Amino acid sequence: MTYEPVIGLEVHVQMDTRSKAFCGCGTVFGMPANTQVCPVCMGLPGVLPVLNEKFLEYAIRTALALNCTVANYLKFDRKHYFYPDLPKNYQISQYDQPLAGHGRLNIEADAIKKTIRILRVHMEEDAGKLIHTAGGSLVDFNRCGMPLLEIVSEPDINSAAEAYAYLSQLKNILEYLEVSDCDMEKGSLRCDANISLRPAGQTALGIKTEVKNMNSFKGVRDALNYEIGRQEQVLRDGGAITQETRLWNEEQQKTFSMRSKEEAHDYRYFPEPDLVPFTISDETIAAAKQALPELPAVKKTRFMAEYKLSEYDASVISADKYLALYFENTVKQYHMPKIICNWLMGDVMNFINTNQVNIKKLDEVLPVKNLVAMVQLIDNNTISGKIAKEVLAAMLTGGKDAATIIKEKNLGQISDSEALEAIIDEVIREQQKVVEEVKTGKDKALMFLVGQVMQKTRGKANPQIVNTLIKKKLLGNA
Amino acid sequence: MELTQYSAYELSTMVGKGDIYPVDIAAAYLKRIAALDKNIHAFVHCDPEAVLKKAEKIKTGRLRGVPIAIKDNFCVKGQPTTCGSKILKDFRPPYNATVIEKLEQEGAIILGKVNMDEFAFGSSCETSAYGPTHNPWDITRAPGGSSGGSAAAVAARFAPWALGSDTGGSIRQPASLCGVVGLKPTYGRVSRYGLIAFASSLDQIGPLTLDVRDAALLSSVISGYDPKDSTSVNIPVPDYLQLLGENVKGLKIGIPKEYFITGIEDGVKNAVMQAIEVFRKLGAQIEEINLPHTEYAVATYYIVAPSEASSNLARFDGVQYGLRVTKGEKVSDSGLIDMYMKTRGEGFGQEALRRIILGTYSLSSGYYDAYYLKALKVRTKIGEDFKKAFARVDCIMTPTSPTGAFKLGERTDDPLAMYLSDIFTISANLAGIPALSIPCGFTPENLPVGLQILGKPFDEQTLFNAAHAYQQSTNWHRRKPAMAQK
Repeated sequence: MTYEPVIGLEVHVQMDTRSKAFCGCGTVFGMPANTQVCPVCMGLPGVLPVLNEKFLEYAIRTALALNCTVANYLKFDRKHYFYPDLPKNYQISQYDQPLAGHGRLNIEADAIKKTIRILRVHMEEDAGKLIHTAGGSLVDFNRCGMPLLEIVSEPDINSAAEAYAYLSQLKNILEYLEVSDCDMEKGSLRCDANISLRPAGQTALGIKTEVKNMNSFKGVRDALNYEIGRQEQVLRDGGAITQETRLWNEEQQKTFSMRSKEEAHDYRYFPEPDLVPFTISDETIAAAKQALPELPAVKKTRFMAEYKLSEYDASVISADKYLALYFENTVKQYHMPKIICNWLMGDVMNFINTNQVNIKKLDEVLPVKNLVAMVQLIDNNTISGKIAKEVLAAMLTGGKDAATIIKEKNLGQISDSEALEAIIDEVIREQQKVVEEVKTGKDKALMFLVGQVMQKTRGKANPQIVNTLIKKKLLGNA
Repeated sequence: MELTQYSAYELSTMVGKGDIYPVDIAAAYLKRIAALDKNIHAFVHCDPEAVLKKAEKIKTGRLRGVPIAIKDNFCVKGQPTTCGSKILKDFRPPYNATVIEKLEQEGAIILGKVNMDEFAFGSSCETSAYGPTHNPWDITRAPGGSSGGSAAAVAARFAPWALGSDTGGSIRQPASLCGVVGLKPTYGRVSRYGLIAFASSLDQIGPLTLDVRDAALLSSVISGYDPKDSTSVNIPVPDYLQLLGENVKGLKIGIPKEYFITGIEDGVKNAVMQAIEVFRKLGAQIEEINLPHTEYAVATYYIVAPSEASSNLARFDGVQYGLRVTKGEKVSDSGLIDMYMKTRGEGFGQEALRRIILGTYSLSSGYYDAYYLKALKVRTKIGEDFKKAFARVDCIMTPTSPTGAFKLGERTDDPLAMYLSDIFTISANLAGIPALSIPCGFTPENLPVGLQILGKPFDEQTLFNAAHAYQQSTNWHRRKPAMAQK
């Protein structure tokens, strides 16, 4: 019997607003403990929350980008549990009437395309952080009250690869929207997974576990793969899955039981009386929708149609907003989309990845006009593709433009027939045997001679011209 | 005449003219408190030296040099703020409530913090962890509550006026029992920022004063939209004092028959009926009206208020501030629950624990719909009753409390009897409408009786005008308890 994994993801995304969700405190990451706090986010007696409008704006933008229906009525609820990092011992969240729902996200994993439905998107505040020391546990309230968006998928995901694709696609969209930096290591994107197995073909769901503590996209994939294997083993051995929360241990590459359902909380949700519910007008929602940027999926399709890129190339170039923008800016100045795409996806991306360049700053490292100039030089045969690689590397590291580099390094292609003829004559003298073969019409032999000329010119010769000149000399035609 | 015999308005006028100095006023009140508060126990915190220092420095403001007593659930920067609870014993907030900021901007002098039922849970000031306050009219009796310290301080002339908070009658009932004026403004009229919350959807801050003129003056100062309180409403604040009228000719007054029920003392009923007669003579039209859902108000309140309270009081856990009770020196992970339980178990008094448990129960999954949600529906009905009534009348008059001041200890073992003290005041909180209590006579035992005047949302002016007209033609508000005669 084969088993089918059924996975739903709960993703928490920290919105990149300048102040916290319900007070004026800053949201800079990595500040010294308890320096980004005020009576409101520390939950002191008597304080009241006030909703950050930017938070709502970002939340609506995200919900719309995920094809959700945004509610016309905005209401917050209190979720109660006692923990020292939660100073009010309740979290301002949304319960029965979330900001948005009924969304969908298209993904592609293992060459299969599918749609993952989004159950709900709701707004809430983050908790603080406990720091455990030998002298006892301390609380850092800096993160307290940070604006979070919880995005919950339907259990439409059937493999770890799909979960990975879902997260990647979600991250691309959030980055396009400029609402979050989506850095899992900094905790600005967190993911919990609900997972169960069922015999293939069965519609009823199996008993699920919730997996937490995954700190990277890779961690999510590894944890899910592990948990799928673990549950499958239990079922194959005739056992039953315990409904529980399990923690992913990165070092041991295993999940461990944290708490069972019997210990689950009663959160005693009720409407937050300190925040008055209000209406979001259809006009506001329509305007927000209008203002959405072109999202990766649409951009990809457009790139395929407009620039005749392959689906793969289009998806790579469109995945990052800044790379896509850079690409289009370059193409606008010199319309050779396929060539430009190749250079970007190859040498440029390599450099970016190796040197961990922020792609937002690509234009500073390699101004668009420099790349355009280089492509032009290839196009008009001033340099060969091989030389271009060297030129590009120099441009990326030195910041100089292509013409300067070519001049300084003397890399210009030799298209001058007179200069080339001397070298060709030299090769003909050295390679009498091959010359005979050329004369009998062997193309391979001709290519060898061209190669010899290229070698002698250290790649600077224009191969087409060399080819023509040799043919002319040996065969008397062009 | 002693400075402590003047109203706040009179004091501010005299300071304005330069007839007296702020520091002299402060000194007079401090002297009186030092001499007499041992019998009343209105104050839980008063630092005479700091008060005098401040009074010496004060130079400007509409209320320049006028002292004020503050209920101990308002955050005053650096001053003890206990809410009458052991759990906040040494708590000093690092910030000021918005109303405190407004008072200081106008030059008012904060005399100190006055007693209250613990977290405002009570109607007698007896649930305070710091001992009860006594009623200045009869020190064997309770001053009412929860703003009992505020009402007693004003009645005893320890302060010309005070701030209180009202969740189900906590300003009006003690005002009634102590013979002073008390207003619960419309919900949203005064910022709650810095008022330690009891029930957020019901709490409202208001003045306790010697007469209506002072109530109008103080209301003008403390009211208004506050960007720090999302529930405060952005409607301009009238200058209540400037607009204060005394003509009630043609004023339509509704008398709800549901408020004149069995259980109401004859002395109270008679005084209120006579007060209504005064209004008739002044030219008002008296009409009988119906508020049919009145009988459900107390039950509804005791679901809504404790539910919100259980949530608001969750933060008192021994982690950041206030009392912490632990087994050992350091709190380990396993000791965390123990710390929570011991801190809250020892820090909260009986009534607080009772309400936390009530509220926790009402909000529990499986019970929420039957209790909390149902209560919200009834709350809406109660609000609709008033809406209908106010389509016909300009204001509604009822007794404030069914009885005069009761004996200390009389109701402490009977929570239900205590809860019924607020039977006439709770509806105004549930409906969010303004309600004023003014002295309107005395029971045969010489205990003050209060007349409650309820109005339309944000129509405090009508209440002030009606009450001011009444005070222009009666003298009940000028009567003083024996201990305040000179």
